[in-house]
Amino acid sequence: MGSRIPFRATLNCLALGVALLLTLAVPAVARTVTDSAGRSVEVPDIITRVFAAGSPASTLLYVLAPEKMIGWVRAPRAPEKPYLLPATRDLPELGRLSGRGDTLNLERLIAAKPDLVIDFGTINDTYRSLAERVQQQTGIPYLLIDGRFANTPAAFRLLADILGVKERGEALARAAEAIFADVDRVRAAVPEDKRPKVYLARGPEGLESGSRGSINTEIIERVGGINVVTGLREKGGIVNVSPEQLLAWHPDIVVTMDQRFAATVAGKPVWAALPAVAAGRVYLAPTLPFGFIDGPPSVNRLVGLTWLTHAFYPDQVKTSLRDDVRAFYRLFYQVDLDDDALTQLIDPRKP
Amino acid sequence: MKRPPLRTATVFGALTLAVAVLMLIAATIGPYRVPPLTVLKALGERLAGAGGHGAVETVLFNIRLPRIVAAALVGAALAAAGAAYQSLFRNPLVSPDILGVSTGAGLGAVTGILLGMPVMMIQLFGFAGGLAIVSMVMALSRALRSSGDILVLVLAGIVVGALAGAGISLVKVLADPYDQLPAITFWLLGSLAGVKAGDVMATLPAVAVGVAPLILLRWRIGVLSLGDDEARALGIEVARLRVIVIAGATLATASVVAISGVIGWVGLMVPHMARLMVGPRFDRQLPAAILIGAAFMIVVDTLARSAAAIEIPLGVLTAIIGGPMFVWLLAHSRRIAAP
Repeated sequence: MGSRIPFRATLNCLALGVALLLTLAVPAVARTVTDSAGRSVEVPDIITRVFAAGSPASTLLYVLAPEKMIGWVRAPRAPEKPYLLPATRDLPELGRLSGRGDTLNLERLIAAKPDLVIDFGTINDTYRSLAERVQQQTGIPYLLIDGRFANTPAAFRLLADILGVKERGEALARAAEAIFADVDRVRAAVPEDKRPKVYLARGPEGLESGSRGSINTEIIERVGGINVVTGLREKGGIVNVSPEQLLAWHPDIVVTMDQRFAATVAGKPVWAALPAVAAGRVYLAPTLPFGFIDGPPSVNRLVGLTWLTHAFYPDQVKTSLRDDVRAFYRLFYQVDLDDDALTQLIDPRKP
Repeated sequence: MKRPPLRTATVFGALTLAVAVLMLIAATIGPYRVPPLTVLKALGERLAGAGGHGAVETVLFNIRLPRIVAAALVGAALAAAGAAYQSLFRNPLVSPDILGVSTGAGLGAVTGILLGMPVMMIQLFGFAGGLAIVSMVMALSRALRSSGDILVLVLAGIVVGALAGAGISLVKVLADPYDQLPAITFWLLGSLAGVKAGDVMATLPAVAVGVAPLILLRWRIGVLSLGDDEARALGIEVARLRVIVIAGATLATASVVAISGVIGWVGLMVPHMARLMVGPRFDRQLPAAILIGAAFMIVVDTLARSAAAIEIPLGVLTAIIGGPMFVWLLAHSRRIAAP
């Protein structure tokens, strides 16, 4: 008899232990979150694997929680890798999900077993219905986050809250707010008529640009540069520009992302006649690991704001560009740049 | 006739069987690995009204099977429309796009994408665009001359199609390069990624309504290929029949293009394959084309979703597979030149 009581007690303990283990092992689907589109979506309590639907979302996720990435929309190329966390450099390329006609197969999405899909960008009925469709078809929660530039701090906080990385989200949101505040301070110190007329040269010949209000030139206008390309509509887009028109616009500054164009621009007859080229004010925007101006139009443009402030208003800025960029890469991309890497990034024309 | 065509019953039996077998095989292929036996088991359970709701079921019943059925539907509809047009226009180089239905559907859909509409509205816009363009072509040819003249009809199709094409280019220029342009490009190349069971259910009746008159009137359509005067002498109201055929083929094409995007080659090539198998008689050629079209698209779409790590646009695959196949057909059959 005496020996049965301890046996029963052991059994009870075991049962309790098993029950406890079970509650720990089964992820509780308990939380309902609301995304930027106002959709209520049920997500797991603990989220460890996140799929980014497009390049802007991919960049946002990398900055906020690189450990939760399961792949890239477009795998990083060799020159980009040194500017990324080692653990993320060789993640697979999974393709794009945003927009009708995806490059990603839905079966592949399920096979990648994400806890959550996020998209960062325009919120409209197309994306809302697309998110609903994919969520219904795959059973994976799909969140839309407002990708407007001014919404960046709020986007950090919203996604950080959902992913359970609140502290990092808050730190990034504050840093983003500080960058915006800095830009506003510098811009306020320059009267309207002293602001530079800027032309964004895209494409190999530089004759492609973004008209006023386009997502491509958004940050140039945010810094106070006057985009010389006036569009037909309020919402600008990519446009082709004739050399004659370019001369008539008379830009003070040319910004480009094309290294070859930047190297040869001074030798081109039409371009040499521009005040920007004559004064040596052609600025080559860095693109590693993400573009400074656009490409993708995501949180990577924050460092572009700083860079443009330095380029447009050298007299107004007291800090050094190198220090600013280094600090940004440390906080946002979590990489420490040595002097060579920094030079290679900011001014690849100087060896 | 140089070679007697294969026995009709044998051919149709074999083709139907081929479509069914291809569907089953396609159901076992995909980037999410499901063993063939598990697929068969899940299918059996679902047919018996039972079955679970795990990842395998999600992949099979929400993603893979709707897509396979959609592919078969798209192939069948495009091939039927192509066969009917080749007979109607008495020209083996005619495809369902000749009167601008695909371009019109493309213009409608890209406008929907540009305006940021829900996916359903984009599909409806595509469908309506296809119907609208062909209606315009018909109205124009009627206004120019009596609707009996095929040449005027084709020329009107070219003119209106070119206008719609210009409209598509304009939308591309206006579209957001990050958000909308990739979606537009992909739509114009055709893709069945993301097709839902609901899309198939909505398209099926429209395709059936479009193809049914072609099947019912197959004898008369066959007579049309002899020439208008001969057909008239045999007691056929040519002008009326022509309108019915165009309406049916347009309805079928516009409804599948609305869910798949623009897919070339199928409507041009499959009728030739059918002709090679069962001979030039339209009443035999049409059902053969429908079955071959379904089989062909199942194969092509299976490649599109599983051959590479990313989705391959269907229009690219049909051109890569279809082009050489067409040349081979031309080389191996003299019957092809005379429909």
